[in-house]
Amino acid sequence: MKTQDTLIVDGREVAIEGEPNLLELIRKAGIEIPTFCYHSELSVYGACRLCLVDIEGRGIQASCSARPESGMVVRTRTQEIREMRKISVELLLANHDMDCPTCPKSRSCKLQDLAHKLGVDKVRFKRTHKPKPVDHSSPCLTRDPNKCVLCGDCVRACYEIQGIGAIDFVGRGTSNQVMPAFGKDLNQVECVGCGQCAAVCPTGALSPKREVNQVWRDLENPAKTVVVQIAPAVRAGLGEFFGSEAGATCTGKTVAALKALGFDQVYDTCFAADLTVIEEANEFIQRKTAGERLPQFTSCCPAWVKFTEQFYPELRHHLSTCRSPQQMFGSMARELLPNMLGVKNEDLVVVSIMPCTAKKFEAKLDKFIDADGVADVDHVVTTQGLARMIEEAGIDFANLPPESFDMPMGFRTGAGILFGASGGVSEAVLRYAVEKISDMPLPSVDFHQTRGEEGIREVNLEVNGMMLKLCIVHGLANARTIAEQVKAGQCDYDLIEVMTCPGGCVAGAGQPVSIGRQTIRQRAQALYNNDKTVQIHKSQDNFEVARCYSDCLGDVGGDKAHKLLHTHYQNRRAVINQANSCKGAPALAPTQATCAACEKCGAAV
Amino acid sequence: MTATVTCDYAKVQSILDGHGNDPARLISILQAVQAEYRYLPEEALAYVAEALNLPPARVYGVATFYAHFALEPKGRHVVKLCDGTACHVRGSMPILEAIRKRLGLTGEKVTTDDMAFTVETVSCLGACGLAPAVVIDEEVHGQVTPEQAVTLIEAIIEKDKEASHV
Ligand code: SF4
Ligand code: SF4
Ligand code: FES
Repeated sequence: MKTQDTLIVDGREVAIEGEPNLLELIRKAGIEIPTFCYHSELSVYGACRLCLVDIEGRGIQASCSARPESGMVVRTRTQEIREMRKISVELLLANHDMDCPTCPKSRSCKLQDLAHKLGVDKVRFKRTHKPKPVDHSSPCLTRDPNKCVLCGDCVRACYEIQGIGAIDFVGRGTSNQVMPAFGKDLNQVECVGCGQCAAVCPTGALSPKREVNQVWRDLENPAKTVVVQIAPAVRAGLGEFFGSEAGATCTGKTVAALKALGFDQVYDTCFAADLTVIEEANEFIQRKTAGERLPQFTSCCPAWVKFTEQFYPELRHHLSTCRSPQQMFGSMARELLPNMLGVKNEDLVVVSIMPCTAKKFEAKLDKFIDADGVADVDHVVTTQGLARMIEEAGIDFANLPPESFDMPMGFRTGAGILFGASGGVSEAVLRYAVEKISDMPLPSVDFHQTRGEEGIREVNLEVNGMMLKLCIVHGLANARTIAEQVKAGQCDYDLIEVMTCPGGCVAGAGQPVSIGRQTIRQRAQALYNNDKTVQIHKSQDNFEVARCYSDCLGDVGGDKAHKLLHTHYQNRRAVINQANSCKGAPALAPTQATCAACEKCGAAV
Repeated sequence: MTATVTCDYAKVQSILDGHGNDPARLISILQAVQAEYRYLPEEALAYVAEALNLPPARVYGVATFYAHFALEPKGRHVVKLCDGTACHVRGSMPILEAIRKRLGLTGEKVTTDDMAFTVETVSCLGACGLAPAVVIDEEVHGQVTPEQAVTLIEAIIEKDKEASHV
């Protein structure tokens, strides 16, 4: 009989159960060890020295970097350790701008929290902080180096999870800083705006760009009619700001809060997601039948689209030509609402509430702004931003009676709701495509094979003798692996779904700062549960969407649908090459990226 | 005006080939590039990053980590003043001041506008017996006074003038 390996933490025996490091084991035992540079999803860095513990016979060590061993005797809160932790925090504060009350991370900042929890009541060191310029260049993020504690979490998130490495440590010693290559601004480098760096940043050094002031201004303006769409993931996250457990959906309260804030019409991005399903599944069936441009890449994640345009422009014709649900909503709102609400297009303001920072970049693309400067989507506010607005307005969110969406663009099916979770787009598309290909009603709408957490998942199914091979990917480092295979002609997938954020939009950087996998899992589950509670589960059964086709769009994939719901992609590598590369560097051959409908509209690609 | 070198892609590529295009040899690659241009031009770094499939920010991070690497073009004459302990104690700072004053340079501005001189400090040349020491164009001068240092600089300026008249 093998006896359980154990060790002693603060006098109590704790079992070793395969924890990768001492820190995890101590936390399992219910003792919270302070950290800046430890993140369970990232590699161990061991730089902040806050996680110090005293290991008998070995002295004081960083628990994140020590392996649990049988018989160890560990103390976590001796006088000496507490003093050392305090000093570390004081040193960080001496080199920090300490503009805490006005910081976007205030109240969710780890530095603030730890200074408080560790009992730091004054900074005994001379202030050494010299102001550094704040980088506002990105439409997605604000980078304020004055608040950086050099934990490197962002560097590792960008490199390890997203496979990009847009920011890194520069310089050494006292001039050490985290920044993009060559001291450039974030919008001049390969950053795709996903915000995962901001999601892990413990301080306000990286934060989603705020756009709420513009929204307040439009809400105040009596000449404007302000409509809003909310993305699926928002309903599975917003409640967390107001005391709900992760995984609680708060659709009705969110609608009520938006109405209370003064939005004239509250609609659902899931309506547009249903449109996306129909257009994208249709495109897929056509491409699959013709054997053209396979695999088809999903195109609803703007960070992934930018990633492709920039690192794999030669593959961009694999992207579905469908716009993302946010942009489909925008163009449909501009097409339908002026008539329906009796307003001029320039007086109609379209706002989106998104879990995502990259959507901010997408909404500002030239191709989604008309010749008069009217954008399909005017402002993109994150879930965090909406929480701020609700607080600022003094709305008691927790006790709001739920309200329902406005019609027609508030009508959605469960398929549209699934878009917020990794695998959800594939499942929604299958609910349409399988029914269409087999010409029979689906026996069950659930495609459980698409669900899960693995970073790369395969789904194979046979429909009427036709094999469908899907690949579901999240995290761009994983997407890079698959893109390399596609480039090398090594994979025979038909459809590849990519979401940039690990777990899908529910884990977007605009969501409440998440504590880890469990929260993300619960939010995704909330969307699957939500699908169960709505009456209709297949996009093709959305009668408001059907009415859009009969009254306005015409045929699925037809000319008008193409004009309003599809798009083209550019080669962004050319731009980067020009900016960064040497003379004489081989230029990339332009690749064709047209579909039959694009050829008709004569798009330049 | 800083005269940036236009980077020759073929040259950088031959350096990369000479190192087997191996990202693990990044530091030697950067040393070779610097030997070629006397600094690391941005476009060369970007090219190296692209060729080795490394993020440009990582290559830039490595290049800025080591004091040996220069990110700015240096002047034709490089003056290195030792500010190691021995030299510091024996008065290297007044020498530095005198040279900077003569050339119109400061701690931030280290290269003259005509790209003739770059003045930098180094931590210990290992010539403590000669303290205070200054290295001008790889030649070590020991036990110099501020006046002697300025004379050395002026001699170089004179020589350059004559050379340009010829
Ligand atoms: S937003 Fe995404 S791509 Fe940009 S620096 Fe952050 S993690 Fe990297
Ligand atoms: S920006 Fe944030 S995550 Fe990145 S090193 Fe600084 S404090 Fe850490
Ligand atoms: S968490 Fe261990 S050193 Fe930072």
